[in-house]
Amino acid sequence: MKGKHVTIIGGGPAGMQAASQLSELGIEVLLIEKDNKLGGKLNQWDRLFPDQTPSMTLLKELQNAIEKSKVTIRLNTEVQKISNLTHGFDILLNAEETQHSDAVLLTTGFELFDARLKEEYGYGTYPNVITSSDLEKLFREGQPLTTAEGRTPSKIAFLHCVGSRDEKVGQFHCSRVCCITGVKQAIEVKQALPECEVYNFYMDMRMFGAGYEELYREAQEKWGITFIRGRISEAALNQENRIQIKAEDTLAGRPVRLSVDLLVLLVGMTASPCNKALAATSGAELRSNGFFNPVDPFNHSVESAIPGLYFAGTCTAPRNIGETLMEAGSAALKIHKFLLQND
Amino acid sequence: MKWGYTISQPRAINLDTNDYRLSNWVLNNEPSLLRCFGCGSCTATCTAGNLTSFNFRKLHHALRLGEYTRIKEEVSKCMLCGKCRLVCPRGVNTRNVVVSIQKAIKEYEAIL
Repeated sequence: MKGKHVTIIGGGPAGMQAASQLSELGIEVLLIEKDNKLGGKLNQWDRLFPDQTPSMTLLKELQNAIEKSKVTIRLNTEVQKISNLTHGFDILLNAEETQHSDAVLLTTGFELFDARLKEEYGYGTYPNVITSSDLEKLFREGQPLTTAEGRTPSKIAFLHCVGSRDEKVGQFHCSRVCCITGVKQAIEVKQALPECEVYNFYMDMRMFGAGYEELYREAQEKWGITFIRGRISEAALNQENRIQIKAEDTLAGRPVRLSVDLLVLLVGMTASPCNKALAATSGAELRSNGFFNPVDPFNHSVESAIPGLYFAGTCTAPRNIGETLMEAGSAALKIHKFLLQND
Repeated sequence: MKWGYTISQPRAINLDTNDYRLSNWVLNNEPSLLRCFGCGSCTATCTAGNLTSFNFRKLHHALRLGEYTRIKEEVSKCMLCGKCRLVCPRGVNTRNVVVSIQKAIKEYEAIL
């Protein structure tokens, strides 16, 4: 593998994992990150579902592997263009520098849905309407869980599927991880404030991973969290300055009204905005929702139709961290094989 | 004078003002009901529900929201055959839910 070079675009969990593994296989790796540090969204999270592992524990593990490897890291670097050549790729960095590589791995990840687009929930207008990411930040910074006015909340509602399964905001897909995040955070609220009543408004509970359904059951039985099937139609301030919620309990077949001190919006995943330019210049295919489209969802889920161009993690679809890390390993092996065949 | 019009009661369930004493008593007495995820297996297999309008899922669902309209009359339709308990995927002791509701109704008759 002497003299073979791979560029990885995106320094989140997928990029870090693939970088250290490719480096172990004797391949020269350049890991590019637009931010000023590696780790991506892991930096914004406090604890991970389903077992409340601190996100720092995983991040440190990934960092240790990178530090032991010979991976070259470039922070604060953006990629504008990937030119697909007869032999390899030319990658334009920060609009000024060109890097030649034998293969490219895209690990551009996702962005959190901008909750302001769902105006009916009042995010950005009512300070007591927050997102799952805001709540995670509170936990991460060890701040007490209070309303914007500094009161201890006695009632909190979570709303699932904000920016997911919603054609009104162009997001047809299910973001998959928000259901279990809602269960995890509801439990964390009860752990912090045992007296607080917690309601989760959902359309379906999609508990697909190992231990997820068990955690949902624990949330109901041990923590007494109330799950109401129905999407909140609107949230507004009432006379007591609390968030007034309108929804239908679709199991009861009747409208429900509830006022809460905090409303937490479980925001979904949207495609990284950088995908568009990378797809247009490299020829990689995008899905209608802006995520990359791999060759197939089975045995070629980390491959693009372009030889030498690979994907891993949430740049192709919403995934959890475990799946993301596995895909990164899988992509590293596929790239290794590709480089051997083209030696 | 009769105008032929009446005032409709609001259909919305008000979770802020409902009285949960009866419901909490049932849940304390039979906590396995907390695990219900509303699949309706109990109601699908129900002997009484096969012949009458008795709907056990709706009954305990309404109860947990603090809605007790016609609860006394509805719960009396159950024959305690226990088929619902055999099919419940979450292992809810449904027979004891029924018995608990009957006991709670006696305790909290005043709030009905």
